[in-house]
Amino acid sequence: MSSGSEHHVIPLKVYFNVLGALLVLTVITVAAARVDFGQMNTIIALGIASIKAFLVLSYFMHLKYDDKTFWVIFGTAIFGLLVLYFFSELDIMTRVLEINVL
Amino acid sequence: MSTVSHTGHAPGEHHHAHHFDSTAHEYDAAKFGIWTFLATEILMFGGLFVGYVIFHSKFPEMFHAGSTFLDWKLGALNTIVLLVSSLTMALSIYYARDNQKGKTLFNLYVTLACGGIFMCVKYIEYTHKFHMGLLPGHLFNPHGDHAEAAIEAAKHFSNLGMYFSFYFTMTGLHGSHVLAGMGLITWCIIRTHRGEFSDKYWTPLECVGLFWHLVDLIWIYLFPLLYLIG
Repeated sequence: MSSGSEHHVIPLKVYFNVLGALLVLTVITVAAARVDFGQMNTIIALGIASIKAFLVLSYFMHLKYDDKTFWVIFGTAIFGLLVLYFFSELDIMTRVLEINVL
Repeated sequence: MSTVSHTGHAPGEHHHAHHFDSTAHEYDAAKFGIWTFLATEILMFGGLFVGYVIFHSKFPEMFHAGSTFLDWKLGALNTIVLLVSSLTMALSIYYARDNQKGKTLFNLYVTLACGGIFMCVKYIEYTHKFHMGLLPGHLFNPHGDHAEAAIEAAKHFSNLGMYFSFYFTMTGLHGSHVLAGMGLITWCIIRTHRGEFSDKYWTPLECVGLFWHLVDLIWIYLFPLLYLIG
């Protein structure tokens, strides 16, 4: 798994550009949430959040330059979450309706 | 008695532990370990996210009503603070690897300060909600002068307390991670002062940095979910 001795150094400019992109995306998130797109609001917000997450993972956590093993570890966790979500949703949707969950 | 001693050698010098072939081997093992740990963190927060998504789809109006009692401006401020702290954390590693101790320390202190600002804003938000009785689950009991809107909303949504259960559990778990991160950064600052990091050895900085970025990553999702779309 080793990339061992040759650790990539990301130029400073890239870090500042990434922060700039993240701040711009934050502004877009806030702006998009103030417009009513109905159910699409959730999807838009999560989509932008995922782009931001991808930037943080790729550059700040330098997965882009690292050994692919780390993407696999991260992906495994996300896959585990999807499995959890899938079966939980299946369970909830097929239940007899409750009146109040609290 | 141990063959490995981490004290008593010159500043900046690092001897890898005896069960590793080389410093590079030690670094790779440490990173593998921290990434595995981050995966477990994702799964821990993930349970809450899955719960949020499911109950949000069941009670969308109730969640929307709940989110109106959060101040998105404070949430956005905290987002910016955490994003900047992620940059300074990355910069501290950059400078440590360039043997620039002063700039490494400066960036670590800024990161620590950002964590402090984040927790102060969280404190303001929490105490405000405590005073209004916007508490999780059965404790939810809006009262007082400024809580008219909450009292009104509670009449429409009998389970509004559930929104605050999610709010306090998710932000509370996240906040405890910020506190833990601040402790770890303090530890990195102390070790940087001692001159332990250089272009040859920066493993603890790297691992704490990855943890700090994950905390930022989780907030990137928490902010829109809790404050914006609700």
